[in-house]
Amino acid sequence: MSSFWSIWISALILIVVLGCWWLVWIVRRNQPSDRVENRSVGHEVDGIEELDNPLPKWWYWMFIGLILFSLLYLALYPGLGNYQGLLGWSQTEAWEREMEAAREKYGPLFAQYADTPAPELAHNGEAMQAAQRLFSNNCATCHGSAGRGGYGFPNLTDDNWIWGGSVDAIKHTLTNGRQANMPARGINPNLSNDQLGDITEYVLSLNDRSDVNEAAAERGKPLFAQACSTCHGQNAKGNQNMGAPNLTNDTWLYGGDRGTIMETLQYGRNGHMPAQKQLSEDQIHLMAAYVYRLSGQHREKGAE
Amino acid sequence: MSDIPVRQVDAGPNPDRIYVRSTTGFYQKLRTVTLWTLMGLYFAACWIQINGRPLVHFDLPERQFHLLGTTFWPQDFFILTLLLIIAAFGLFFVTTLFGRIWCGFTCPQTAWTFIFMWVEEKVEGSRNQRMKLDRKGSLSQWLPRKVLKHALWLGIGFWTGVTFVGYFYPIRELVPDLFTFSVTTGWAVFWIGFFSVATYLNAGWMREKVCLYVCPYARFQSVMFSPDTRTVTYDANRGEPRGPRRKDTDRAEAGLGDCIDCSICVQVCPTGIDIRNGMQYECLDCGLCVDACNQVMDRMGYDRGLIRYATEREVEGQPRRRFQPRTLGYGVAMALLLGTMAVLLMQRDTLDIEVTRDRGGLYQTGPNATIENSYSLKLSNRTNQTRELSVRVAGPEGTHLLEPIAMELGPLDTRSLPAVVRIPQRELEGMSTPVTFEVIAEGSEARNSAEAPFIGPRP
Repeated sequence: MSSFWSIWISALILIVVLGCWWLVWIVRRNQPSDRVENRSVGHEVDGIEELDNPLPKWWYWMFIGLILFSLLYLALYPGLGNYQGLLGWSQTEAWEREMEAAREKYGPLFAQYADTPAPELAHNGEAMQAAQRLFSNNCATCHGSAGRGGYGFPNLTDDNWIWGGSVDAIKHTLTNGRQANMPARGINPNLSNDQLGDITEYVLSLNDRSDVNEAAAERGKPLFAQACSTCHGQNAKGNQNMGAPNLTNDTWLYGGDRGTIMETLQYGRNGHMPAQKQLSEDQIHLMAAYVYRLSGQHREKGAE
Repeated sequence: MSDIPVRQVDAGPNPDRIYVRSTTGFYQKLRTVTLWTLMGLYFAACWIQINGRPLVHFDLPERQFHLLGTTFWPQDFFILTLLLIIAAFGLFFVTTLFGRIWCGFTCPQTAWTFIFMWVEEKVEGSRNQRMKLDRKGSLSQWLPRKVLKHALWLGIGFWTGVTFVGYFYPIRELVPDLFTFSVTTGWAVFWIGFFSVATYLNAGWMREKVCLYVCPYARFQSVMFSPDTRTVTYDANRGEPRGPRRKDTDRAEAGLGDCIDCSICVQVCPTGIDIRNGMQYECLDCGLCVDACNQVMDRMGYDRGLIRYATEREVEGQPRRRFQPRTLGYGVAMALLLGTMAVLLMQRDTLDIEVTRDRGGLYQTGPNATIENSYSLKLSNRTNQTRELSVRVAGPEGTHLLEPIAMELGPLDTRSLPAVVRIPQRELEGMSTPVTFEVIAEGSEARNSAEAPFIGPRP
């Protein structure tokens, strides 16, 4: 807050507080008597009269007490512009204290699963219910409540992985996040739009599409090897170390129709999975088991 | 009728306090039965269990309210509103029939005052003994009796508080927890303390002042009264002119009515009024003055009923009208509301489903030109039995759940789970198509459904 606004707010607050004090004081000074004399103001309806009696003393002192309280409060807590208060209280610090308390309270719930290997945990119904709640709160916004993904957000229920589907890879993704970068026109900025169209046909041909322009795909093949294979590999099967998707399994993050692929090539893509810093290590372990289960891997390896 | 001369009756050493004289008789017996029964119910009901579940337990942390073997949920609260309206009509109905009998015979304020007065009488003695003790009792007489009385009062207050909290915190756990200092929530301790003190102050010190200054019923009962309302009445035609006399005095010769002006009726009154001044809002209709006066009449050899339950018309010598249109009106209203409530109670859902479509993302495309939407379902089993639940979805041709949903849900349990619905794209008529989720409990008629939109691509 700039010092002008800080002063502005402080002045307004102090004027209001002092104004209250002035109002109470002026009313008390102007009352004709300190005692209850039941003087009539002159209004009378159905035998009920309006009287002008002084404010009871206890009430008056309550007002004064409240005014003193507000001044004390303003001295102790942040209230006057940039002034931080004598107690040094802050919302951030209060929030952190509550989070600490919550971690202490709920930590043991997750700690009990920490020593169970994730593939085994994926078969524990109770653990998976807890994990599902974590997923709803932390992951479902992008990946959907069932983990089915969406435009730009990977589907977690198939076995196609961009960054790897082993428990360790999932944990790494959750802990550190992922930043994917598909540069526009691959690594060759000199490709023309026609050449990009050829690459598009080639990529479509890798996925057994029926409507592929074979001649264009032929032209696109060497262009792909030159501009794309560094990341996606010679066989276009992708590279999980770089987060380069497999382009041959007809699973698409942004869409697999001709126009969308062309758009991807022309403008590039920037995928970002944020690091889940709000989750504790034990929670990440549980979450990894849940994602492992979502992808169906537990079915093959569950028997162990 | 001429004005009745009013004479101040000895109020005792402290004008703010009423020294109530105990009395016996039919109405006192009736009161003893109703008040002890109601208090007994209050103190006992929280201990009763049926099939291992408390008869009455308001489980605030779980938001479940167990009452007489059924469980109510926050969404059933409108039934409580109905119950309160029924209670109000019940009060009006009973008032038009029998007068203000709620106050004297059933009100908790009366019940606890009754029990506290009983203790007081046992510890400090009769009205005269109590007044003497407060006026000129020596410290050695005064102190032990006062200490004992207040200790007993606080004890009753404490147990009242424990019982009250016992309806929210299972009392069979609360009592052991309390005496081993292991109550898990500070609120339980706070409310026990609060109700201990409140009961002690209410029934020990405030007593009739609550009825006179706090209770709204005393103030609005007058609108329910009519000349045909039965209420405690002093038959002034028969009683006046009042005056003391010997038992063998001839009333007619001395020009006296039946009232011997002994002031016993004032001494027994828990609110300290003189019923001979006519109908007053302070009167609780408890009938203690009726009992007391009848004893005096018996002793004098006069007819009973100088003070009796009567309507204004009866006292004026007119026939009593038992039937009043308003009685019928209140009765019909109450019956209608009771019927409504019975229907609502029977139609209460025992199975609940809530559906929320995922907010992030519109839809996903599935194989074979299908469209997918994701939903969060919340299923609640509101019975005390474990149930096998399954969920179906209905919509355009080919609508189906990606994975069938069937599960076991424990008693009073709620579970959230994701669901994916898939519909062939050609069946979608617009961008938004309604689909219906239905939850079914195996082996029962219970079912419930919820509608949600299914979003697809622009056609």
